[in-house]
Amino acid sequence: MTVGIVMLIHEAVDRAEQVARHWAAQGCPVVIHVDRRVKRDAYANLVRGLSDFSNVRFSTRFRCEWGRWALVAATQTACEQMLTAFPEVQHVYLASGSCLPLRPIKELEDYLARHPRTDFVESVTTDEVRWTIGGLDAERFTFRFPFSWKRQRFLFDRYVRFQRRIGLRRRIPAGIEPHLGSQWWCLTRQTLSAILGDPKRRVYDAYFSKVWIPDESYFQTLARRYSSHIESRSLTLSKFDFQGKPHIFYDDHLQLLRRSDCFVARKIWPYADRLYQAFLEDGPSKMSSMEPSPGKIDRIFSKAVERRTQGRPGLYMQSRFPKDGFENGKTCAPYSVLEGFADVFESLEDWLAKVTGARVHGHLYGPDRVEFTGRQTLYRGALHDSAALRDYNPRAFLTNLIWNTRGERQCFQFGPQDNQDISWPMATDPNAQISVISGAWAIPLFKSNLDFADIRAKAAELQKIESEHLAILNSQHTKAGVRIWKLAEFVEAPMEPLQTVIDEIGPRNTRRLTEAPKMVDLSGFGQFLRNLKNQGMQPYLIGDFPVHPEGPERPKNRRRPYLVR
Amino acid sequence: MSFLQSYRLRLERKRWRIRAFRKRRELELVQDNTENIQNSDILLFVTMRNEKIRLPFFLKYYRALGINHFFFIDNDSDDGSLQFLLGQEDVSIWHSTASYKRARFGVDWVNYLQMRHAHRHWCLVVDVDEFFIYPFCDTRPIRALTDWLDASSIRTFGALLLDMYPKGPIHDEPYQAGRDPFEIVSWFDSGNYTISRNKLYGNLWIQGGPRARAFFSERPERAPALNKIPLVKWDRSYAFVSSTHMLLPRGLNHVYDEWGGEKASGCLLHAKFLNTFLDKSEEEMQRKQHFASSQEYKAYYDRIKQDPELWCKWSEKYINWRQLEILGLMSKGNWA
Repeated sequence: MTVGIVMLIHEAVDRAEQVARHWAAQGCPVVIHVDRRVKRDAYANLVRGLSDFSNVRFSTRFRCEWGRWALVAATQTACEQMLTAFPEVQHVYLASGSCLPLRPIKELEDYLARHPRTDFVESVTTDEVRWTIGGLDAERFTFRFPFSWKRQRFLFDRYVRFQRRIGLRRRIPAGIEPHLGSQWWCLTRQTLSAILGDPKRRVYDAYFSKVWIPDESYFQTLARRYSSHIESRSLTLSKFDFQGKPHIFYDDHLQLLRRSDCFVARKIWPYADRLYQAFLEDGPSKMSSMEPSPGKIDRIFSKAVERRTQGRPGLYMQSRFPKDGFENGKTCAPYSVLEGFADVFESLEDWLAKVTGARVHGHLYGPDRVEFTGRQTLYRGALHDSAALRDYNPRAFLTNLIWNTRGERQCFQFGPQDNQDISWPMATDPNAQISVISGAWAIPLFKSNLDFADIRAKAAELQKIESEHLAILNSQHTKAGVRIWKLAEFVEAPMEPLQTVIDEIGPRNTRRLTEAPKMVDLSGFGQFLRNLKNQGMQPYLIGDFPVHPEGPERPKNRRRPYLVR
Repeated sequence: MSFLQSYRLRLERKRWRIRAFRKRRELELVQDNTENIQNSDILLFVTMRNEKIRLPFFLKYYRALGINHFFFIDNDSDDGSLQFLLGQEDVSIWHSTASYKRARFGVDWVNYLQMRHAHRHWCLVVDVDEFFIYPFCDTRPIRALTDWLDASSIRTFGALLLDMYPKGPIHDEPYQAGRDPFEIVSWFDSGNYTISRNKLYGNLWIQGGPRARAFFSERPERAPALNKIPLVKWDRSYAFVSSTHMLLPRGLNHVYDEWGGEKASGCLLHAKFLNTFLDKSEEEMQRKQHFASSQEYKAYYDRIKQDPELWCKWSEKYINWRQLEILGLMSKGNWA
């Protein structure tokens, strides 16, 4: 059982020579194609360096360019040379100069001996391909691509668009169904010679020479025609990123590569000395007949692609600054905004923190300072309590806070006296849970001992701000979870709303509460509202508050703390 | 971007290049090792004044990273910095007695030297107190990064300037030449940075960190910019506009993703707040050669004199690049 290696070399000739030497020394015939663009001196050195091996040949050189036919032509010639020069070869393995064998050749040979009639070539129909770039999957077989994608991108794109518009189509030659797959395959002599010796090969070659990236489709398609048994996977570990370029392996991937049990990996950074040292020069690791299992490497690379395309939700940083609407999560975790609750209940913050286990802040957007929990001057991530610093970019303040406290539920008070610039960002954030007791701003005014004229003016101002805020919360663009109670209705039956709020902050609390928040004393509040009304200020956000506090429908029991289950 | 606007930026870029060319007269060649530079070499450009104490570690750090050649522009040091650098084979030195401020804080000088020497080279432009960190910098040399950027057709690589400070008063532990400064200034702020987009040049404007909270908490708009683009595959038609914060053509400033993804990025660890800081501030306040007549330095000086501690209980202690990655200060992007 002999496997022949066809090597395509474009760059890093020294490393390629090292690998070719490794293959050849272990008895694998090697046919090398060197890109014509490689300098003459480098080529001469390579030929000289490998002259002591009788099983190394060099094939006719082509000028190769990514995505063009010359790559296939080069492969064809090299394969023909392999099949004629080395009759003992049963399998032909296509590799590149930056491939690195990870397991002893003996294991590869044993593996192939156990699958004598199997062709290992990834070959999928265009419908099932997910990796193609630019939407050119089926079209690469029906359009013509006379222009280079690398050098003549403008013409390339124009010509594709032109063909789309005109509806130009090429006819796919009879008898083949286009398949795509990794260009690194391992074919049996039988299949390969059938492909190369096909009487209709001239037709196929003429067709594929104008297909885009034919090296990913020529052998993959034709193998389907002749092979008796195709394993649609590549024996070469090769991962591609979202732009279709191969991921590169470095020294720090050594353990991963070891554990992958793949036969060959691509592509290796030419300066990854430790990898070359470990896999080529050090003695072979102990023999195993494991199946290749690139699962872990797959995960790492698909995570990298995900990071590049989706990023971490709620993160704004130097290399991720999404446009509006492309944030994939405006903030990174759910948080609760309580409006008016701190006015209705005494020392609500402490109580809520105890009951829910969440981090409960005061008015983060307060006019004088940022009221962090415990009124600290600095908070997580070294956020400062300066109002100026916060108001310089209120939105970044919120996203920073939520990002810095990942894993901990944040909860803060908000009201009409606070910086309102954050209203829109909160309202359009699905992570925000906003619970409002509208009109609760009247309670501190009621408790204050100000001049009534000032109170009236202040009340009018706060009501205006709050009604603008509520208009935002009620707009059709709002994505936050919003609950609004009027003060009057809330005070009438506070238990149910409070329970809802607590439930959504933290589901951890199922046991019965032993402590309840104490509602502020509201006796006389009805009269206060009536006075406001009489002065010409209509406190409509408060709702219908009973005027007579001592009336039969409002007994004194309001002073008693409510129990919340 | 209208045609007119892009034409205006083109003119601006030409103006900076002409200005840089004129300023070449202010540079006097002291040591020329540029003939040693190979085609694929990675270059480093730095402007400095009286930084002798920092040089040994600086050179050691960047040599280990894989920088092949150093370009020093010495702005009239008198502490023996020049003598220290003389005779080192991978260092070329220019000397200038002209005004740092009127060379736009050294940008003109750097632009000129890059025009002359950096065409088609990857080059890193930093200060003597800035240390470049990128994903996998503990296991992969800088050439791995530039090769990957080349393969991905990326021309610039962004880095956040991360101010590092000590625990305790900043003059407590004196720094000795050759020592890793981050053994002393090993703390940083992890999550108080604010970002806005510069529509004209297309770059991000990042502010925050200990300087914003300690010195500019009442005037946040004055806080220094922390966005930097230190690593560029240079072309002689490029020009830095203001420090390494932004470049022209403006496409080079696009080191961030706008569609939700993360591009790869690094950090510049800023070892400014060593014990040498107070002397330096005093000197700079007198020379008035820094931005806005060194007002920034005045703010620092006053605050540090009063309360010399930047550390707080929410400060993070620097461990490695992975920590910065997890904190969201830099990203691996799709480099794995």
